[in-house]
Amino acid sequence: MRQGIKIGLIGGIIEVLLALVGMVEAFSQRYIISDVISMGQTLLLVVAMFTGYLAAKRTNRSEPLWVLANSLISGLIIGGLLSLLVILGSMVRLRAVFINASPDLFKLLTFNQGIGTGILLLLIFGTLSSSLSGLLFLSPSLLRGVLIRSLAGVAMAGLLQDLLRAIFAPWGPIAEINQWFFPINGLTVQGAVSLFILIAAISYFWRKSGSKMKTSLRRLPPTNQRVLRITSSFLLAVILLALPQILGLFLSEVLTIVGLFVLLGLGLNIVVGFAGLLDLGYVAFFAIGAYTVAVLTSPELGFLNLSFWGALPFAIVAGVVSGILLGIPVLKMRGDYLAIATLGFGEIIRILVLSDFLRPWLGGAQGIAKIPRPSIGSVEFATPQQIYYLILAGCLLAGFISWRLRDSRLGRAWMAVREDEDVAQAMGINLVAAKLLAFATGAGFSALSGAIFASKLGSVYPHSFSVMISINILCLIIVGGMGSIPGVIVGAIALVGLPELLREFAEYRLLVYGAALVAMMILRPEGLWPEAKRRQELHREEAPEIESASGAASGK
Amino acid sequence: MRQRWEESIKVTDILMWLIGAAILALIVSGSIATLAAGRYTSRHWFDFIIFGLAQGSIYALIAMGYTMVYGTLRMINFAHGEVFMSGPYTAYFVAASLNNSGFLDRQPIVSLLIVFIVSMATSTLIAVLLERVAYRPLRNAPRLVPLITAIGASFFLQYTFRGLYGSGFQAYPTVKILESPMVIGGFRILKFQAVVIGAAAFLMISLYTFIQRTRVGKAIRAVSEDKEVATLMGINIDRMIVTTFVIGGMAAGAAGVLYALMFKQVHFFMGFVPGIKAFTAAVLGGIGNIPGAMLGGIFLGLVESVGPSLFLDGLGIVAPYQLKDAIAFTLLVLVLIFRPTGILGERLAIKKA
Repeated sequence: MRQGIKIGLIGGIIEVLLALVGMVEAFSQRYIISDVISMGQTLLLVVAMFTGYLAAKRTNRSEPLWVLANSLISGLIIGGLLSLLVILGSMVRLRAVFINASPDLFKLLTFNQGIGTGILLLLIFGTLSSSLSGLLFLSPSLLRGVLIRSLAGVAMAGLLQDLLRAIFAPWGPIAEINQWFFPINGLTVQGAVSLFILIAAISYFWRKSGSKMKTSLRRLPPTNQRVLRITSSFLLAVILLALPQILGLFLSEVLTIVGLFVLLGLGLNIVVGFAGLLDLGYVAFFAIGAYTVAVLTSPELGFLNLSFWGALPFAIVAGVVSGILLGIPVLKMRGDYLAIATLGFGEIIRILVLSDFLRPWLGGAQGIAKIPRPSIGSVEFATPQQIYYLILAGCLLAGFISWRLRDSRLGRAWMAVREDEDVAQAMGINLVAAKLLAFATGAGFSALSGAIFASKLGSVYPHSFSVMISINILCLIIVGGMGSIPGVIVGAIALVGLPELLREFAEYRLLVYGAALVAMMILRPEGLWPEAKRRQELHREEAPEIESASGAASGK
Repeated sequence: MRQRWEESIKVTDILMWLIGAAILALIVSGSIATLAAGRYTSRHWFDFIIFGLAQGSIYALIAMGYTMVYGTLRMINFAHGEVFMSGPYTAYFVAASLNNSGFLDRQPIVSLLIVFIVSMATSTLIAVLLERVAYRPLRNAPRLVPLITAIGASFFLQYTFRGLYGSGFQAYPTVKILESPMVIGGFRILKFQAVVIGAAAFLMISLYTFIQRTRVGKAIRAVSEDKEVATLMGINIDRMIVTTFVIGGMAAGAAGVLYALMFKQVHFFMGFVPGIKAFTAAVLGGIGNIPGAMLGGIFLGLVESVGPSLFLDGLGIVAPYQLKDAIAFTLLVLVLIFRPTGILGERLAIKKA
């Protein structure tokens, strides 16, 4: 009972915060299911259900009635706290302090029904949603898995409707799918129901016979397996090449941004993920790459007027050299000192670029414009759909290099430095060389990304290179899984691609990033797609800790 | 192999000292050129110094929080700048309503006290919540984990406050009696600058006495000395850690109001740069060392306000004041390279490894 109250209070405070920060209202513009449930309501519902589930899970007694009572109480408290907010909002002008406590928010929270009925509805919905998830907790695991997966699938389909709609739109008869599922804003009711049944059926089938299929696949003769692997990678290549044509202009633009961040992430992954050197000034190399291209190519300053391809090697060399130069002073620093020193470097470079002092060379606050676009022969990379191929080539190159480096002698040296510097040194690893090479490689990738970024935009401004970019990249490699190459891609899609698709989200991007960093570190430090070795390590570390904890408990 | 390694470390060492010497030469030649040009009178320098002292004592108060948390937990509380921001931003609404009702003009001292209390209470609350939610579960995690968590918490707090209070600059109401200048020994000082310096000095002295003289202060020092032995002596570690967060939060909240008195505006991003600078101050004085943090803060404030005119003006650099943050960050990097133990540093850098 106490647990239910405590967890309910936490959940309720989170919901009130979500409402006051303005997320609920901002997200209400987009419907998950047309005219039935909006994204803002889904957000509240998800939190309530999660709270109810947690309350059920944390119950000390195993009788189903107690479990249910606990989740019910937590839901009641959530409803109660939201009602308190509504009552308070009707008595005091909360908006004087909390700018998002608008009449629209209260209308949303009371389901447009006035205070009395609204509060009743809030309480009912709170209790209902959390006790439902209490029931879900009590149901057998097969049913629970299938239900959770289908609910999540429907929510995702509603969330990504723009993406899915754009994918299906140009395919003639298949475009009919759009009409069935999402004609305007959100899924239709029949679309949601059929999607739910479809996912439920698939995941039921997978649960029942998925492992059997996997083993039969593994039992195939080696030649067949190779054919399978080659065809699947061929398919992947075809999809990657055709992607901008499938997705159209707007989504290709999103794709190029994701690609630039993948490139940046791959670079920082070498520095932070492989070598364990927390670099918070990573954006500096991005800026150096972009500015080298800008200074060398733009006719506005008129130094050299090189073409993009002429300037690109200089940009990468400038990145690598500055990586080494900024690496030398921090060689002896560890952990948090290194992080702060690199943060300082990043800021120094931004301030210098912004200053009037260097204006004749770097353009000051106005930046540098008129950067020519790259071209091969007579083909110019002008639209996002064309630039995509340039970025794809860069990503493939960087991905290939970091994949080969990871298992090389140098890669193993980096991991040794990451795990324990002193021991690595004792084993004969040249710390100076290993660290400098990590900084240099990472900086090179970053400069490449910066160079493409500059020519994609056609101009560079100091404001594009704030510390937020560093944090952004750090966030995506941590969410994806430190040291994992596919993790970088997953992280970039989740943290850069998704916010670009959901424009309402833009304002809350860093709020969610911050929360994600904290949550990942506490709940899942290995990331979404961890490197296999790292996962083992983290779980091996956990086991003895539990043992020693129980040992201490029994010792008392 | 070993010899080669030693050689390479020597080469980088020599390089570092060369860079250091070059920066020193720049500073000296710049200062001489500036003084020789005589563009600034002693009045100017005095104003710079007073401004630097006021700014520096604010840094010093924030730096106390960094240093104490580092002392007990051995982690950089990256989100401390946001603890600093949360107080004055919340107190702004109290100050504005006091101003609107005219109470601020009638009872300026009482109003200021109310604003201080609200700000300190908010900052303390945020600091304690931060410790409970984000840091306590990670007490024994690898070193990078709490730092990354702190960075996450920092951005979470910034943008939560942005969502709650809005993204614009809010103009802090001015206290009229503090706006006029006063004359001490022939020099003019703005009254609010004097108040900032005086209040900060009072707070620092009382905090220092608290740490040095009381039982709780002794317990905190014991925890930062050696956690295990402190436990054996019957000290509740968790409670002491929370106490350091409470003290750090109170100091940051007070510093926030002083900051608002000086710069007359609050913003959700206002904690970031002062936070990093206060960290610089803490490192300057030797992190984990409380008097060091005070000294470091004041030193940093002075360098930042005197530095641009003194070092850079003589070198013919346009608009040197734009580069004042660059000076602070360069100082940070230089200290981290050449003297990571700080001015008064205890040799923590070795102990922690």
